[in-house]
Amino acid sequence: MSLSPEQVKQVAHLARLSLPPEKVEPYARQLSNILDMVSQLSSASTDDVQPMAHPLEMVQRLRPDAVSEENRREAFQAIAPAVEDGVYLVPRVIE
Amino acid sequence: MSLHELSLRELGDGLRAKKFSSRELTGHYLGRIGQHDKALNSYITVTADRALAQADAADKVLAAGAGGALTGIPLAQKDIFCTSGVKTSCGSKMLDKFIAPYDATIVQKLDAAGMVMLGKANMDEFAMGSSNETSYYGPVKNPWDLERVPGGSSGGSVAAVAAGLAPIATATDTGGSIRQPAALTNLTGIKPTYGRVSRYGMIAFASSLDQAGVVARSAEDAAVVLQAMSGFDPRDSTSVERPVDDYSSGLGASLKGLRIGLPKEYFAEGLDPGARACIEAAIKVFEGLGASVREVSLPSSPLSVPTYYVVAPAEASSNLARFDGVRYGHRAEGVHTLEELYKRSRGEGFGAEVQRRIMVGTYVLSHGYYDAYYLKAQKVRRLIYDDFRRAFGEVDLILGPTAQSVAFKLGDKTDDPVAMYLNDIYTIAANLAGIPAMSLPCGFHQDLPIGMQLMGNFFDEGRMLNAAHQYQQATDFHRRRPKAFA
Repeated sequence: MSLSPEQVKQVAHLARLSLPPEKVEPYARQLSNILDMVSQLSSASTDDVQPMAHPLEMVQRLRPDAVSEENRREAFQAIAPAVEDGVYLVPRVIE
Repeated sequence: MSLHELSLRELGDGLRAKKFSSRELTGHYLGRIGQHDKALNSYITVTADRALAQADAADKVLAAGAGGALTGIPLAQKDIFCTSGVKTSCGSKMLDKFIAPYDATIVQKLDAAGMVMLGKANMDEFAMGSSNETSYYGPVKNPWDLERVPGGSSGGSVAAVAAGLAPIATATDTGGSIRQPAALTNLTGIKPTYGRVSRYGMIAFASSLDQAGVVARSAEDAAVVLQAMSGFDPRDSTSVERPVDDYSSGLGASLKGLRIGLPKEYFAEGLDPGARACIEAAIKVFEGLGASVREVSLPSSPLSVPTYYVVAPAEASSNLARFDGVRYGHRAEGVHTLEELYKRSRGEGFGAEVQRRIMVGTYVLSHGYYDAYYLKAQKVRRLIYDDFRRAFGEVDLILGPTAQSVAFKLGDKTDDPVAMYLNDIYTIAANLAGIPAMSLPCGFHQDLPIGMQLMGNFFDEGRMLNAAHQYQQATDFHRRRPKAFA
């Protein structure tokens, strides 16, 4: 399995990663090597095997629908890169 | 004996007998960090003031005749655990300025047990690595040979403990990140059963695989701290509601009748003859202690590495989506659109290995590839799990190598991700299955430590720790220390 530089750019876009142009080719080579290694999986016979998402046979635990956490808005916003008047700042989205 | 040579039990006895105070003990360790850590780079942050304040508080408790086995004993916390008011970097530029606003559950628990945090241990970025060379804060050196890696991702934790810069350290293990570095630095490291230790406040890498544990100088030391870390936590949705066994009180049992399985796939091609010789000698020691040994088979284990490198990156790509440059973490300057903010913040904040794994994960989860990669890997994961289920019908513990050989040289594998990934060939299966596993010292090859791995059935940490303890009563490999850090 080999990934072309174009595919790497597309994956990086989906993952919201900016890649400098000089890194695209090395990433394409490395990711292709990783996918080659991973392709050994196709040798396993998995007909009728149930996929396993998680090691514990458990269902999601439920809790009473009651407030359990205190509001720590100020503490959490204190570590944000840019806030003003209690809201997070981002570049303008709507012109 | 110097303070940094004492076991946790000896430290606890000394503190209660007033032979030394926690302040003196903490000061001794801080002094050693100041003296030696330039050579090792095992700590990202040293929290000297906080440590001395915790030590003074512990001394007050001890003076009142109160406190437990861990009161006043220092430790290093892997920098993956959130520590309120203290930088929690996860080894990444992304979190270089991140001051955690809350404590991880295990930090709370160990604080409550009276332990003294010396600082935050270096690690591979977001725990992705097997050599501690992906850290934004630079590589950690192996105290046994400064030209070699300490293993990863818990490289700072093991280097600190092996060099006597902490008596014990916390660590995490997603595919071998406790066991492989423990093996490479002559330590005892245990990854408990998935769900045994809370993941709350432990920065997520691959949530169905991540588990916290400890690296220590003996199984006895590991048992007492693992005990204090373990237990149900309602804040972790996969925490298991089940009482914790008393690991320390189980450390006296005879190994007579213990059935140990040797997976033939773990002794096949690829295992260095030097490592093999040490492990074969260890098997004889276990037989001498009354255990019986037989071959078992884990036929799907050769597919562990490919399975892991689909499942772990897939989960990582999802977990690391939270780093958006908006709420916390690195934010790029001079951007004009929201998309550019995301892309540049993540492009600048994440190192190459993290970016590779995010891209692999994104790819295997993307439309058209999901069935061929992700679903297929989940099915093979079931086969790996079933192998262990079958084997534990025949034996109580499984024994094999932890790593293929001794620690490799810094820079040897940094250009070849796949070669780096194969370091975890013996450790990954336990994470995929969710079972507990540990590494302990079993000899030396070319003056470098070799570790062996024990794997147990679900929640059988106590049996595993006792087997390791009995072995350590019969051998002295675990007592050897790197000469440069005496």
